[in-house]
Amino acid sequence: MVAVLRKQDTPAEHAPAASATGTASRIQVEQVSHGFNTPTGPLGVLEDVSLDIAPGEFVALLGPSGCGKSTLLRLVAGLEPATAGTITQDGTPITRPDPSRIVVFQDPTLFPWRTVWNNVALGPEAQKEAQRYSLPWLRSLGGAFTGSTTGSRTPDSAVASQKARVDAALQKVGLESFAKSYPHQLSGGMAQRVALARALVNNPRLLILDEPLGKLDSLTRLELQSELVSLWQKNGFSVLLVTHDVEEALFLAQRLIIFSPRPAKIIAEIAVDQSYPRHRGDPALARLRHEVLNHLGLGTSW
Amino acid sequence: MNSSINAVLDTGSELAPQPAEPSSFPAEHTHLPPEWRTQARQQKQQARFRFYAFGLLPVAAWGLLSGITLALPDKPAGFIEEWPYTHEFGVTALSFVVLWAIFTVLASFRQLPPTLERINASFRYVAPWLVASGLIFALWELLTAKLGILEPPFFAPPSSLFDAYINDYARLADSAYNSVKLLLEGILWGTAVGFVIGVSIGWSQRANYWIHPVLRLIGPLPPTALLPIAFVFFPSSHAASVFLIALATGFPVAILSWSGVASVNKAYYDVARTLGASERFLIFRVAIPAALPQVFVGLFMGFGASFVVLIVAEMMGVKSGLGWYLTWAQGYAAYASMYAALIVMTIIFSSLISLLFTVRNRVLVWQKGTVRW
Repeated sequence: MVAVLRKQDTPAEHAPAASATGTASRIQVEQVSHGFNTPTGPLGVLEDVSLDIAPGEFVALLGPSGCGKSTLLRLVAGLEPATAGTITQDGTPITRPDPSRIVVFQDPTLFPWRTVWNNVALGPEAQKEAQRYSLPWLRSLGGAFTGSTTGSRTPDSAVASQKARVDAALQKVGLESFAKSYPHQLSGGMAQRVALARALVNNPRLLILDEPLGKLDSLTRLELQSELVSLWQKNGFSVLLVTHDVEEALFLAQRLIIFSPRPAKIIAEIAVDQSYPRHRGDPALARLRHEVLNHLGLGTSW
Repeated sequence: MNSSINAVLDTGSELAPQPAEPSSFPAEHTHLPPEWRTQARQQKQQARFRFYAFGLLPVAAWGLLSGITLALPDKPAGFIEEWPYTHEFGVTALSFVVLWAIFTVLASFRQLPPTLERINASFRYVAPWLVASGLIFALWELLTAKLGILEPPFFAPPSSLFDAYINDYARLADSAYNSVKLLLEGILWGTAVGFVIGVSIGWSQRANYWIHPVLRLIGPLPPTALLPIAFVFFPSSHAASVFLIALATGFPVAILSWSGVASVNKAYYDVARTLGASERFLIFRVAIPAALPQVFVGLFMGFGASFVVLIVAEMMGVKSGLGWYLTWAQGYAAYASMYAALIVMTIIFSSLISLLFTVRNRVLVWQKGTVRW
């Protein structure tokens, strides 16, 4: 956390240089409803959810457990299509997963058969292979008509820069000395750091965090919260975070969106206009925490 | 090698307790007070030679074996007046006595170069087994050739194995070669086809719809039951045997590859998809690597099944191989030859399984806490 920022009105401007260089996405969720078909009949999960994430903004979703927050993340990631409504990224509808929107799950889900380095290299490798095997003759044929050149081969310099990218991502999370280790040799916090590096190496425009620190011990969690803030500030992507931890949401996010129990509806939005780095003992954050707990029906325990 | 393994290797040295870790002293004792330094040096000198008393036991056991073989007369049984190669067997046992004696002396020296230390460690490790094997051979020779308690010709003495190996060398080697060739051909086909089938039914709904019922029907059928029919269906007994061995190997490989692919953590696919993976990537870089531990279990089971089919097929129709050799030897009541062939078989099959485990340990280095073969 290097930059100390002035308190400003529009949340997006808290993220330095993000929107300016165009490395962050605007995500628009418009009147999205979603449900599952279960043996006992249809189960509504999301009900008429609309939400707008400005480029470079850090938004946290809070709500009772099982209310459908994680489902919303899966929709935004493009892992599932929404039953109704539209979700767009910079104006383009989201129809499938894309490396510009990377998800970090509660479990690190590292591939146990790959070393740390190879886990981080997963994204670049997958994207390269997808490019190589997606019928290049058809692509170049299409390119001939549209004048695009996306079908061209990856030059050697790109391979070298890819290696440098993986090294840099590992360095960002401070695990370069563990590059050759296997996941089972890592602690929970280290594994989650590798998962973060695996996301960052793709230069995502949106980072989707599904309770990423939920399974860590409390000290590691606090440590990684600070690291998340500094990674966000350095890289300038937009962040959509799901968490159960009100304190964590207030420490990290510029805006909190609070959901009702299932089917999830937005019941409140709270802007957190504190500058970064934030302080956990800040009385302003404590007041906001009370307010959030009130919305979640837990205000009496204050 | 870490210290705990060394401790295991050192079991033989229990009879000759070591002085407290002489070699763990730092090379230079300059940081120690002078009187400690001389003490350390003395301890080091004392530890140079320490007689490895346990080494006498292998020497004694093999001495007993050669003594029994050479000194006691064979008991005449039927047309066998004296077993052939008894003298040679005794002399061979005697040469092992000398060898174990040399190793025992060598193992008594400490602070040797690393190569010699490694030889010593191996000798100490196998020493108990050397004792046991010497005693077993001695008992075997005693009960068969010398006392005739286990009746010849059904029970042949160990010395008669020499006879089989030396006089029937060509036929035995040829049989072993043909067996291995047939087996590998069948195993390779079975593994390849079983793996592809297993992965496809694990991955694709449609492949599952068509192949799964067939597998359920044919899989539990012992391939040996198909032997008589296969010999009719196929142009040669060789082709029939390859097919049946492949079937025996392929079924467990297919089932376990399938279960491996089907049980892959679904979150791996989510992760790979958000990172931009194509379907090809999901199959070859996610599903298959994740399924490999199960595939190797299938291979292990398939190998076992293939050995059964190989031997039965060779006994019933194929005109070469170790299974054929067994029935051939039986026809001549050449029991020593049968034992010789069984030993060759044991070595071949055990080596194949060892090879499989070596490959597995290479491929699955990322797994922890797996069984060592």
